[in-house]
Amino acid sequence: MDLDIVDLSRLQFAVTALYHFLFVPLTIGLAVLVAIMETVYVMTGRTIWRDMTKFWGVLFGINFAMGVATGVVMEFQFGMNWSYYSHYVGDIFGAPLAIEGLMAFFLEATFVGLFFFGWDRMTKVQHLVATWLVAIGSNFSALWILIANGWMQNPVGAAFNPQTMRMEVSDFFAVLTNPVAQAKFVHTVSAGYTVAAIFVLGISAWYLLKGRHVALAKRSMTVAASFGLAASLSVVVLGDESGYLSSEHQKMKLAAIEAMWDTEPAPAAFTAVGIPDTAARETHYAVHIPWVMGLIGTRSLDTQIPGINDLVARAEERIESGIKAYDALQTIRSYKKPSEVPQSAVDTFEEHGANMGYALLLMRYTDDPRQATRLQIQKAAADTIPPVGPLFWSFRVMVGLGMFFIVLTATFFVLSARHKLDAYPWLLKVAVMAIPLPWIAAECGWIVAELGRQPWIIEGVLPTAMAVSNLGASTVLMTIALFVALYTVMFVIEMVLMRKAILKGPQEESAPHLSSYAKKFADAYSAK
Amino acid sequence: MSYDVLRVIWWLLLGILLVGFAVTDGFDLGAAALLRATGKTDVERRVVINTIGPVWEGNQVWLILGGGAIFAAWPQLYAISFSGFYLAMFAILVCLILRPVAFKFRSKRESTTWRNTWDWVLCLCGWGPSLVFGVAMGNVLLGVPFRLADDMRIYYDGSFFALFTPFTLLCGLVSLCMLLMHGATWLVFKTEGAVQARAARWGMLAAVLTAVLYAGAGVWLTQLSGYVLTEAMSTTGPSNPLLKSAALGQGAWLANYAQQPLLWIVPGLGVLMPLVAALGLKLRREWLGLLASGLGIAGIVLSVGVSMFPFILPSSVDPLFSLMVWDASSSHLTLFIMLVCALIFMPIILAYTSWVYRIMRGKVSPDEIAQGKGHAY
Repeated sequence: MDLDIVDLSRLQFAVTALYHFLFVPLTIGLAVLVAIMETVYVMTGRTIWRDMTKFWGVLFGINFAMGVATGVVMEFQFGMNWSYYSHYVGDIFGAPLAIEGLMAFFLEATFVGLFFFGWDRMTKVQHLVATWLVAIGSNFSALWILIANGWMQNPVGAAFNPQTMRMEVSDFFAVLTNPVAQAKFVHTVSAGYTVAAIFVLGISAWYLLKGRHVALAKRSMTVAASFGLAASLSVVVLGDESGYLSSEHQKMKLAAIEAMWDTEPAPAAFTAVGIPDTAARETHYAVHIPWVMGLIGTRSLDTQIPGINDLVARAEERIESGIKAYDALQTIRSYKKPSEVPQSAVDTFEEHGANMGYALLLMRYTDDPRQATRLQIQKAAADTIPPVGPLFWSFRVMVGLGMFFIVLTATFFVLSARHKLDAYPWLLKVAVMAIPLPWIAAECGWIVAELGRQPWIIEGVLPTAMAVSNLGASTVLMTIALFVALYTVMFVIEMVLMRKAILKGPQEESAPHLSSYAKKFADAYSAK
Repeated sequence: MSYDVLRVIWWLLLGILLVGFAVTDGFDLGAAALLRATGKTDVERRVVINTIGPVWEGNQVWLILGGGAIFAAWPQLYAISFSGFYLAMFAILVCLILRPVAFKFRSKRESTTWRNTWDWVLCLCGWGPSLVFGVAMGNVLLGVPFRLADDMRIYYDGSFFALFTPFTLLCGLVSLCMLLMHGATWLVFKTEGAVQARAARWGMLAAVLTAVLYAGAGVWLTQLSGYVLTEAMSTTGPSNPLLKSAALGQGAWLANYAQQPLLWIVPGLGVLMPLVAALGLKLRREWLGLLASGLGIAGIVLSVGVSMFPFILPSSVDPLFSLMVWDASSSHLTLFIMLVCALIFMPIILAYTSWVYRIMRGKVSPDEIAQGKGHAY
């Protein structure tokens, strides 16, 4: 296998991001679930809800530590492995990351300490506030990271500055209100809620099957089922929103997910299953459902969705235009003073600048895009097709699982309402076996979003292949190996500890909750 | 607000973030590094771990925020330093990955081997970053072997082992001793009895060493070449490092002090405050020790920036490539937006962080740990 630095850097980012993303959704969702449980405790004063808060809190803590540990890597890696990217878009991309630190990380990390250490040092309400701040913090962090990611998918509010050779912010409000970022935020956070809900549901179902901690498990299931039903409905409905948007901004991603090679007359059919063949550019054994794709993609019956082949042809035109922009840029940069630059070059850059990223696709084949041959241009245009097979299947796995979660949580929601949670042991077994499924769906979602963005690191602006650091392949190979080794060991340990905590079960404390002041008073009283 | 003023403000904020990290997460790293020296029994070690248990996560965010702020405000600095110091950064990452896990997992099982292993992991995760951060700072002072192509692509000509030279190792030792001192003053502040006594002894040693080694590194620095601008440059020009000219200059890192003698206060704090911290430890003035240690760290960290201003990251391949305060920042608009965000959120962060420290105030005692009361680790 030919491993160049681009492939290795991508592999490392994928490994560390997918691994980090095992812990993030559970943190986001479980924080909210735990906060809801503690709210019930504070409102009703019934200690079983405190026991629930503490028990799920233990599992939350183990998971949170892993999220923190693997999260630092993500922030460092942009600079370490993607230095040209960091230079090229740091002016825009860095800001949401920094705001994430200011607004979200400090909040969750500071109050998570109080959540675990503060039970005896605060009033009930104070502790509840701390718990909610952890939940809000982790949800805010999702917001900001997805604003950053949304900009990679749909780079709004920025312009290229020839003097600094990078993208710079022109409209920060547009970056914040980027529709792709908004849709992604709601979709991803709902996915996190679903992960946590199925997690709580499954473990509680296991307790019911074993006849242990029955009261606590039933209450947990009620919370998880209702929360999970709302979340999984939202994840599917707002996933649809995400599809609608990608037809606006990432037509190629949508076409690849669909393995839709040719533009079809509107409304396009949805390919339920099939075997995409990239070499032949067709999908074998396809089973079509008429109209559905057109409806999802455009919310109309008469708007065409372009197929892959048409989009490649369009990419070719954009490459040609991008070459003109690249040429104008070289002219502009050959003058020391901006005032001396001929107006014609400035005008050409104005006209074609939006396509300059397409010229950079040629950098894989030639050092100077202006010298590119027709064949190279055609190759670069064909490069704009992301890996169709993986996208096609990841998307179908994700959607199929999403539908299943709706059915599963709805079932338990009904059972809970009828007080029949433990009436059907086989359903409980299904719930236990469903525990890993939301993670599979979430990772598939990541693959659809990020693999579907290829060959771009910033859609239409900067090709992934140009964005890497100039590191030695052996260096990156070594760090990948060490990451994998370290992460594997940590994963095993994490699983062992989770299992141990689940087997040990909730600690039901009989003594009423005492604040430290009350305890001191009690101690002083008994000393007398 | 004009571009040059914003750039200077963000240069200051960069310093404040680094100091914030070194002063808050510094005692976490230091206390972890002293774990086995100050805690001899399992309960004692849990005392040490639980002094930092409730706060280390929040403290570490200073580093995360520092990374994010450098990315946002000084993209070239972020790109060059993180990719250039690739393996050093990786070593720090390994420590930062293992540390949270070690905290969380250590006391979850009774086995002695299990706990001893995690204790060693915690120790190493304290030593490692403390040393590497210092070595990195030393390299920044000497200049880093990077080049910029015409399209601003970055090429780094150095290697991991080339980072370790006598001078940079000395800087690493300064950083290590300073964080050991800080960790010790924290432990003296938060513990009592045997742990406190041991921490005080280690702390005094580390504090005196910090002052001596730092002063030594300062004297050495006067003999080394710094960097100077060879012609005046615009302070409001575009962020393009290729537009200026610069050169090596013997003792150039002292120029700012010669021009503005008041600046001697900064390195002065770095030498004097560790000695005050040692005195505080000796006299068991817990507040004095912690405060002086923090001020000493601030002096040491800031002195690097003050000596180099307006250079941020000099290039040893060709001084022309060096990153300056005036040509390595984000755009005017980004700096402004980020400043507004920082002004809104920093006071809020400081307020709730102090509230959390207030809630968690008081000593961690072996009795509480033994009874399993209110301590999670």
